[in-house]
Amino acid sequence: MLISRESISWVIGGPQGSGVDSASHIFLKSIAMSGMNVFGRREYHSNIKGEHSYFSVRFSKDILRSHVDKVDILTTFDSESIVRHSPFLVDGGVLIYDPDILTKKIEEIHTLDMSSEYRLRRILLEKKKNYDFQGLLEELRQRNVTLVELPYFQLIKEFSEQIKDNSLSKLARITNVMSLAASLAVLRFDTALMKHAIQETFINKPKISEINVEAALYTYEYIERNFKNIPERYSNFLKREKVTAKHVILAQGNQTSPLGKIVAGCRFQTYYPITPATDDSEYLESNQILKQKDNINGSVVVIQTEDEIAAITMAIGAALTGVRSCTTTSGPGFSLMAEALGWAGINEVPLLVSLYQRAGPSTGLPTRQEQGDLLFAIHAGHGEFPKIVYASGDIEESFYDTIRAFNYAEIFQTPVIHLLDKYLANSIITCSPFDYKTKKILRGKFTDKTKVQNNDKSEIYKRFKLGDEPVSPRAPLGMEDKIYWNTGDEHDEFGHITEDPITRMRMMEKRLSKLDYIQKVIPLEEQISIDFENDIKSDMKKLLVIMSWGSTKGAILDSLEDLVSEIHDVQFLFIQLKLLNPFPGKLLQEIINNKIDQIRKKSKSFLEKDVIYVTVEMNFLSQLDILIKQNTVIKSKFKILKYNGRPMSHTEIHDSLINILNNNSKDRVILTNGV
Amino acid sequence: MEYKIADYKTDVHNDWCAGCGDFGILNSIQMALFELEILPHKAAIFSGIGCSGKTPHFINTFGIHTLHGRVLPFAQGAKLSNPKLKIIAVGGDGDGLGIGSGHFVNAGRRNIDLTYIIFNNGVYGLTKGQASPTLKLGMKTKSLPQPNVNESINPIALACISGFTFIARGYSYDVRHLKEVIKKGIMHKGLSFIDVLQPCPTYNDINTKEWYQGFTTEENNPKIRIPKMYKMEDEGFNGNVNDQNEASVKIMNAIEKSKEWENRIPVGVFYENNLVPTFEERLQSRIENYDEYPPAVQKIMDNEGYPNINVDGLVDNLKIKSSP
Repeated sequence: MLISRESISWVIGGPQGSGVDSASHIFLKSIAMSGMNVFGRREYHSNIKGEHSYFSVRFSKDILRSHVDKVDILTTFDSESIVRHSPFLVDGGVLIYDPDILTKKIEEIHTLDMSSEYRLRRILLEKKKNYDFQGLLEELRQRNVTLVELPYFQLIKEFSEQIKDNSLSKLARITNVMSLAASLAVLRFDTALMKHAIQETFINKPKISEINVEAALYTYEYIERNFKNIPERYSNFLKREKVTAKHVILAQGNQTSPLGKIVAGCRFQTYYPITPATDDSEYLESNQILKQKDNINGSVVVIQTEDEIAAITMAIGAALTGVRSCTTTSGPGFSLMAEALGWAGINEVPLLVSLYQRAGPSTGLPTRQEQGDLLFAIHAGHGEFPKIVYASGDIEESFYDTIRAFNYAEIFQTPVIHLLDKYLANSIITCSPFDYKTKKILRGKFTDKTKVQNNDKSEIYKRFKLGDEPVSPRAPLGMEDKIYWNTGDEHDEFGHITEDPITRMRMMEKRLSKLDYIQKVIPLEEQISIDFENDIKSDMKKLLVIMSWGSTKGAILDSLEDLVSEIHDVQFLFIQLKLLNPFPGKLLQEIINNKIDQIRKKSKSFLEKDVIYVTVEMNFLSQLDILIKQNTVIKSKFKILKYNGRPMSHTEIHDSLINILNNNSKDRVILTNGV
Repeated sequence: MEYKIADYKTDVHNDWCAGCGDFGILNSIQMALFELEILPHKAAIFSGIGCSGKTPHFINTFGIHTLHGRVLPFAQGAKLSNPKLKIIAVGGDGDGLGIGSGHFVNAGRRNIDLTYIIFNNGVYGLTKGQASPTLKLGMKTKSLPQPNVNESINPIALACISGFTFIARGYSYDVRHLKEVIKKGIMHKGLSFIDVLQPCPTYNDINTKEWYQGFTTEENNPKIRIPKMYKMEDEGFNGNVNDQNEASVKIMNAIEKSKEWENRIPVGVFYENNLVPTFEERLQSRIENYDEYPPAVQKIMDNEGYPNINVDGLVDNLKIKSSP
């Protein structure tokens, strides 16, 4: 594997509840403050305390959108993290660890999983080392990994004497900050920035902030004093890659989508607790009072309901009053919402469902990544009704897409399912501050306030008026002279129950004609995004068409940016499908045909058979490929898939694409990396 | 404009069976709205599924006929988004106490200001007479292949322990009394529950109109006939809570009273407590202008169609500040 861009990958691991999160947050902040771009990713178990969790951060002066499998600097304060992650340390990398582990046995780590144990056994057997920590460290030494011993207990003791506070149990809580400071010391990072990042993190807890800063500086000095032989690549990285601080934000997917909701005008949201969707509602509730431009305070009401059925039906009830309303869930909860989705469909209610996918079926891997709900989202609910399924490719997109999704819901008066996932929700990136002021809010058709004169029956409001299909002006509950009815039964123009065959047909046609209307009205670049294409040159041998949806975008894009500099006779086209229902098959076909035409103008010998189609997605059945086959004549030969619950890495996609281009690939490429 | 009772009626054909108890409830709701001078467009009737689910179509207010068992969350969503609306939720006993029982209990925890009326007839009528959650154990109504094998739910007791703050019972053939009970329910600040005994003339051949309106005889003097059904207030029962300290005693009294059946069937108000804060009041304590500026009326865009919001502060929270 060769990834050309210069970046460093850092991993911190430890038991859940031991401060991995806050340490990684300080690390991210510090690095971002220095002007670097970062990509961070959180992995954790469905567990409160004790199971292994880790955070990986990759940073570079270039833009980063994904993680890599290899680790440059591994920071640990327990033994399990070493067993799990040290096999991924690059030759010449750095391991920060507690020498106390040497007295421990690997067999005694009860939370260690089979995969990690098997991996380490295999490596140590191959290298003829004992299956213990001595053997493990020897193997690392052979690979020139710098071993940075950090005797936490002893250092805490000395530190407590220095600050004249001997409550060791309290001080034990600074272990995570010590490991973080050790990492920054390895990088010879600016201590003033480190101090600032810690202070920013504990801004409301000045005492804790102070002790953490002191402990960090204490550890930093200890490393500087005792380890003079840190590889240049790390100790000099920030100096060498010197960048100037930029005007950026550090954003997580579970913040960007709810922030988009606030901008879009969502003022009512419901949820039932579920990973990884709950953070979205918590963000909204924490920022419930809103500052309007006209200086009136707005607000968003967030309701935790008794179950997901109540969540969606309550959100629909709210939507009927005219408010932009949303419910947020993950797969298991979405399964429960299917019936109500159909109710919103037949009654033409604008509703947004944020569906944060995780690995299924059933409870599946509750805290892990998968894109397994695409076909389900499209088909959820019995009977036929128009539904928009829209997916976001990355964290930054998810902000803008949320605004679009609300516009679609109201313009087309139908439910919109916004597909997100665990990888987006729990990853963190540096990006430009959101340009929200120029985004338009499009509310679709509302009836005006005309009153019925002299009991003129022809003027009586008809919620589902035929003749101005497919969308008829709606009225919020409570509007004078605009009384209407809704029912889950088939209805007439007023909304009353009917079983009349002609009315039934016309209402079906009214609703389902929205499918064409949606494709006609939504701007093409919002339906399909061409995320990467290189300049067309005359000596092109192949065209590699990559099609994906959702959060695999980052790893694909990072890979392509490398591949164009490595391979010169291949044309690349990366297409991200954002609108997944109704599926823009014709548009997809056109985009590809246009590309082929352009290439043939320059290379007459270029043939249809020189096009290689690849789909990339995080599931087993290759669900996007199924949709492409249903809707176009494109037949993708290659499918890059993954269903082990861990997101696709830059490394994996890069290598898979190289293999495909070298005629060295199976049709179904199943990726397996990830701890 | 002067409103008439006719303004609360639609001309939709009513397909309930002849003699159905639902007619009495429908009339009572229309009369209650008219007498309380609630303008048609200021009210919304939400319903579940079944015969009772059709009720909104016969009433000239906003009418939202929802899903089986889900009437309460739909109704609560609308009310919280626009608290100015007068909201009545209606549904059958199977709808509210079978498939929807989770929502019934959790609505009690919130105490949102709306009125929930259960049309209680002991059977699933529209699916042809299966046993509902309120049918007593061992009863065999005419379309059941075997006697009912389940114990029954006591809706009044369930409402008491769930936190409803107005709990009453009416009888669908006593429209004058029922209308008054519904009016009290609507006027009550908080979540009201009204259990309406409603004979199903087609499928419940046990709890019939004749059965409800029958008599028992006095123990010592068989010549004295006593009507089964009686109004609790006539016997001095008072479920009104004047001081929060007496709430638990009043709840216990209401539950005890609700156990009366067969020979003595009480109707009227079992429990009323105006001292419990409504959900809207609880929201108000977090959102100062919730009452005058609830979600439904908020202005989300400016005149040019751009977001009427300033999230610079929130974006700023995410910003990397590189100099201390």
